[in-house]
Parts: sequence; C-alpha cells; structure tokens
Amino acid sequence: MNPSNLTDEDVRDILELVDSTTVDELHLRTSRFSLTLRRDGGGWTRSTTVHADPVEGEQAEPHEPPDAEQVPPGLVPVRAPLPGTFYRAPKPGAAPFVEVGDHVEDTTVVGIVETMKLMNSVVAGTAGTVTEIRLGNAAPAAQGAVLVLIEADGS
Amino acid sequence: MTAARNRTAATARPLRRVLVANRGEIAARIIRTCRRLGIEAVLAVSDADTRTLPARLADATVRLGPPPSAASYLDVSAVVSAAVASGAQAVHPGYGFLSENQRLARACADAGIVFVGATPAQLAAVGDKLRARAHAEAAGIPVVPGGELTDPADAAELAERIGFPLLVKAVGGGGGRGMKRVTDPARLLPTVELAMSEAQAAFGDPRVYLERFIASGRHVEVQLLGDGERVVHLGTRDCSVQRRYQKLIEEAPAPVLDEHLREDMHRAAVRFGQRLGYRGLGTVEFLVDTRRRSFYFLEMNARIQVEHPVTEAVTGIDLVAEQLAVAEGHPLRLAQADVVSRGHAIECRINAEDYTNGFLPHPGTVSHAEWPVGEGIRVDTHVQAGSQVPPFYDSLLAKLIVHAPTRAAAVQRLRGALARCRVEGVRTTIGLHEAVVADQAFVVGGVDTAWFGRYLAGIGHG
Repeated sequence: MNPSNLTDEDVRDILELVDSTTVDELHLRTSRFSLTLRRDGGGWTRSTTVHADPVEGEQAEPHEPPDAEQVPPGLVPVRAPLPGTFYRAPKPGAAPFVEVGDHVEDTTVVGIVETMKLMNSVVAGTAGTVTEIRLGNAAPAAQGAVLVLIEADGS
Repeated sequence: MTAARNRTAATARPLRRVLVANRGEIAARIIRTCRRLGIEAVLAVSDADTRTLPARLADATVRLGPPPSAASYLDVSAVVSAAVASGAQAVHPGYGFLSENQRLARACADAGIVFVGATPAQLAAVGDKLRARAHAEAAGIPVVPGGELTDPADAAELAERIGFPLLVKAVGGGGGRGMKRVTDPARLLPTVELAMSEAQAAFGDPRVYLERFIASGRHVEVQLLGDGERVVHLGTRDCSVQRRYQKLIEEAPAPVLDEHLREDMHRAAVRFGQRLGYRGLGTVEFLVDTRRRSFYFLEMNARIQVEHPVTEAVTGIDLVAEQLAVAEGHPLRLAQADVVSRGHAIECRINAEDYTNGFLPHPGTVSHAEWPVGEGIRVDTHVQAGSQVPPFYDSLLAKLIVHAPTRAAAVQRLRGALARCRVEGVRTTIGLHEAVVADQAFVVGGVDTAWFGRYLAGIGHG
C-alpha cells in the first residue's frame, strides 16, 4: 500500500485488522506521510499528516506569485483580494468594466474575482487612469496578483 | 404487473463503465458505489483535479479542460466527448454543474449514452419554476400564494392579492439567487424592474414571479425515487438550518413534525412525481408554515442532493445504487412497504470558509486532516492531508453524518464526532458547527429557516 494513495477503504481495512487486537493506537510513518489511528472512547480517530510538499503534481497555485510581479514606479497596483478567477466584465459578452486609458474613481469596479462561487467586486481604490490590465478575462489569479495598474491623479 | 416490470428482461442494459462528471466528495461517493457494484468508474476532471482523492479512487480519469468550471465541468460537449472517448455507457452528473442540464441529457441520448437522471422533458418541467408550480397545482398540492408577473404594471394588483411582505423571484434563479424581498409597497415597482433586468443578465431569462414571504417557515423535503412509472418516497429531510438560502445542517427524518402533516407531505410528493412519470432520484421541497400547520410546494430538484446521506442512514438504502439500477432500465427494486426509517441522522456541511470573517472562502492546501470514524459515523470527503482546495469550485470539504437510535443520541454523537474533526491549512466551519450543536434551540429541534441568521447575529457573526 502506498500511503500517499491511502483511501478510506484502506483505512477501514487497517481498522478491521486492528479491531481484532487490543491495540489502542497505531502509527504508520513514511518519509512523507504519517497516519495515526487512536481508539478514542466510542470509536477511532484517524489522523493524517504530510511532512513535505503537497502530493507531487497536484495543481499549482494559479498565476504567478505576487512578489514576482513587477510594478513600474509611480503606478498603483490593484491586486486580487483572494485567489480565484478574474473577470473583466459583469457577464459574458458584456463590455469590460474598464479599459486602458479610462479614468476611474477610487470606488470604480475594475473587475470581479470569483472565489469558490463567491463574486468579489474589485474596486480601483485610487482615482486615476488605467495604464495596464494585467490579466485576461476568466484568467486564474493568485491572491495578491496584480490585476490592473493605475496612474494616480496628480502623480 | 406494470409495464416497467415487463420491460426488465427485454431492455435492461447492465452498465459496465460510468463516467462520473463531477468532483469533490460526491465524485468519491459515486465512485465508491460503482466499485461496490463492479462498475468501472471513469472520472472526468479539470486540470485542477487530476491528483485528487476521487481521481485516485477512479479506475481511470479523463481530462475535461482548464480549471474554471465554464471550461470544464460545465462544458456539455467536453463531458459527452469524455464519455464517448472513455467508452462509458452512462454519465453520472452528481449534483450542481450539469446535473439538471437538459442539453447534457439530450446530448447523451444523441450519443447513445445513458444520462443518470431525469428525462429532458422532466428536467424542463421542474427547471422552470412557473411550470413546476403549475404541475404542483394540477396535482392538488398547495403552492405559496403568488403568480407570474408578465408586465411590471400588473405588480401592484398582484401584490395586493398576495399581501406584503412578498418575494420577487427570478424564474431562472435558485438557491437564493435572483430573489428579493419587498416589505414596502412603494418599493415594489422599482424592485420588480431591477429584478427583471438582473434576471435577464444572470439567467438570460427576465421572467419573475411574486410569492408571499412566509416569516416562520421550515424547509422540509421529501426524497423520491421513480422508474418512469412507479414512484416511492424515502421520507422527509429537514434542511432549515441555512445561511443565505445555503443549507448547512440537514437531518432525517424532519424532527418535531406533526405526523399527519408528514404523511400528507409524503403523499403530495409522490403525487407530484407520479404526475411527471418521474424517472430517477428527485426531491420535492416544501415550505412548512409551522403556525398554520400547513405546507407549500417550493420546487423539485431532479438530481441526487448533497444531503442524501441522511436518508441513506435512516433507510439503509444506497441511493446511488438505486439511481444506477433505474438508469440500467430496471423497474424500481423497492416497494413503498420496503422503505423503513430507523433512528435519526444529522449531517453537517464542513466548508473551507472563515465564519469569523463573513464566511470568506478559504482555498489553500490542507496540511493536516483528521476525521472521526466509528459506529454511526460517516464522513463523505475528498480531503486528506496534502489535498489542494482550489479557488475555482464551491467550498464544501466534507460532510459529517451521524446516525443513532434517537435524535438526542444523534446530537450527542455529532458533538463527539465534531470534536474529533481537525483540519489545518485552510479555515473551516467545524467550530461553528460545534457551537450550533450546543445551542438549546438546535438541541430541541424544529428551528425555522430564519433561526440560523438570528443565531449568528447573537454570537456576533451575523
């Protein structure tokens, strides 16, 4: 059995084996994974922990990490409040909230980030002119990713 | 003998391979039954889900598309292509995504693939809330006073007949989407106009209807199973613990309910199913007016539901197995007398949300996961240590289901089981559930749909 592929059925099989003994606690540990089964009053508690990185090949974080993104001096970035999917328009086929060259107020909505089916409106936060839109419509966005760059009024 | 029984030997087609067109806990749950029945399960996955627990449980996986669901789980042609390419004879859509999508049902039929669900005509009948209301009325089932609004100019006259407060509901909405409450008659017309334009934008259908707002209501639903001719019910579920129309805790049977009322609801649900000649698993939802001891038809869900395990716990019936049997063309294997409810079951939905911060979604990596096991405890989950919780889909991490001889014992068992749940790396609602099951109103049972909002406000998270 490969512990990184442990399924509930595997755990149930282990429990059935252990149930026939007087053992109260079982530890199974590999270089990257540990499983603890504890007899706990009325039943068993199952605990799993990974020691190293997440399972190899699992989905990478969407988009680039925010700290790798370059923000040109003098421009104000509007960042994703949560990881999710960035939408430039309120619905498919509709005009985008903003385009490069548009003037925005600090409360102007510049896009939506959908996270776990929750739509989060993203506002400019600064009055100024949109100089760049970093992500395309429906692009994955990491938390803190730069969505839009604004040249603030009077800067 | 019914025609359904006659067709058994002649037309039933055993399924050897099923495409599971879903993700998360429901995918794992469907795969489990397929494996038990000796049916191969092929899981259709987005690029975000290739290494998940359901993907490892499945006999094979097939790629649907990139992570956003519009490009993967909601893409009808990608799902049908995946079924054809993998040699599956049937598609099980789970819940959400395309589970009630007529286009998928038709496309499956066109490709010679069985859609594990209702017929396209039945999906159309219950997918349109006004048509569903009309069917309910025709079946002699009470509906909440209200009606369709074809012209905003008629709103005042219709509202007068219904009475305030009332709800403006989008025909294309559901799950709380496209719904607005009006208490002040002066606000009626602007609200209707706004609702119509929002409904057009959100659902591509501007139609709205008005319905009386019932302040003290309980959400009680009846599980049905049909084979296209015969319909049986599998009892009630209470799903009144809701936040913004999203269910959080469900139980079976519905507690503290007048037994005559319960029987009337069973009969009404079966009548509704019979009127449609319903095929597959479905749920008729009712709003129970506790003050008037009456109930109203709300809608029918033509699919398996998140809360189905509580019905499985009390009836001992594997609902996915029955769904697959009907999909194979078998007549119902159950008579009404075979369905016996024993004890009480409660389910908590554990979501990746920060309930202390406006229920903000919390995607990320689960670094540690502990789930309870033991007598009367079931955890349906796709989450273990190392699991990614992507931001692209809903926040459900797990369902904790307990079953015990009585409701009091079930609540006790739930407390113990919740205390043994531990998830690290993402914020969860486990702590909130622990608080709820300690609350006296929940312990007594029979709370209404407004209770949870009041409870949250009371503990400072409203």
